[in-house]
Amino acid sequence: MLQFFKHAIIENGLLAAFAFVGAITWLSNELGTRLTKGRIHGSAFAVLIGLGLAYWGGALTGGKRGLADLPLFAGVGLMGGAMFRDFTIVATAFEVDPVLAKKAGWLGVLSLLLGTVIPFIVGVLIARAWGYTDPVALTTIGAGAVTYIVGPVTGAAIGATSDIMALSIATGVVKAILVMIITPALAKFMRLTTPRGAMVFGGLAGTVSGVSAGLAATDRRLVPYGALVATFHTGLGCLMGPSVLYLTVKAIFG
Amino acid sequence: MVILGTALLSVCFLLGVTLGDILGKLIGVKANVGGVGIAMLLLIVSRLYLGRKGLLSAPTLNGVHYWGAMYIPVVVAMAATQNTLAALRGGRVALLAAIGGVALCVLTISVINRLSRDASDEAWEAENPNTPPV
Repeated sequence: MLQFFKHAIIENGLLAAFAFVGAITWLSNELGTRLTKGRIHGSAFAVLIGLGLAYWGGALTGGKRGLADLPLFAGVGLMGGAMFRDFTIVATAFEVDPVLAKKAGWLGVLSLLLGTVIPFIVGVLIARAWGYTDPVALTTIGAGAVTYIVGPVTGAAIGATSDIMALSIATGVVKAILVMIITPALAKFMRLTTPRGAMVFGGLAGTVSGVSAGLAATDRRLVPYGALVATFHTGLGCLMGPSVLYLTVKAIFG
Repeated sequence: MVILGTALLSVCFLLGVTLGDILGKLIGVKANVGGVGIAMLLLIVSRLYLGRKGLLSAPTLNGVHYWGAMYIPVVVAMAATQNTLAALRGGRVALLAAIGGVALCVLTISVINRLSRDASDEAWEAENPNTPPV
């Protein structure tokens, strides 16, 4: 019996993932309402449980895709992959009020620029303090602090070594996870209560996975506004990383 | 029909990603530039246009809303497939660079959002009290 059930799960991975994530979400909502009386959204617990499971999967298999590296949970990889993530993000745009989005447009652009430059500078300075002097390494680590996609794209463009690339990706992943976890907790401090606030957040926090998960656990209706801006973040970072930012670092530290 | 909504969503998505790729190629970047954002704009525009023409029936709308509502579960699945292990093993440079960058960004967000508040914000907040996600 168990053998057949296992077979059914492996053969129908995506559907098994729907059931599995449904169970996690139900559990998280119970935790949210019973333990914290609804003060912490169930989604925040769900994301934390997800990250914990990702650690467990990584520790068991040594793979890079968290839980999805276990054959039984391969479907979670499809469900949580870029295709479904971006598809559902686009779907949330259906609830966007174009007037509100337009009004905050210039703030969104400013936030995007700051959201690229600020983490980059911090990344470069920390790498410099840790003894890295090569402009290529400094730029690649700094770009990783922007997002985990900007890091390797920049590194590949300017010829970074693979250990620096790995460090750069790790920086970006830590950032994404950090944003997921701290956003609900710091939502009040950041004034994440309006569409414009969410757009500023989307530009500055950047990393799409962090922004999307963070806003989802804060206030669902703000998700499309934050995501609308954040999706331009990686593109801007990939544009600025190997060009302006690299040349600046080279001029200062080269 | 439900499929019409989902088809509209898919077409906007594919067009957006295609345009994002072309944009990346044009400015010489090895990445998709704003493809998802462009897709979102296309969806907003087509909702306004089709809505005005009276072409969006309730089932058609449901074909989009369903996927919008699936967003949080997809994010949970995404969290479960992050390379958490590598993030924790990245060492102190990765940890500090990420924490420092995020901390400074959080402060900046707080400052900008406090400075840019106006009357419309309170109206929005009053109309939309924070509710737990579905």
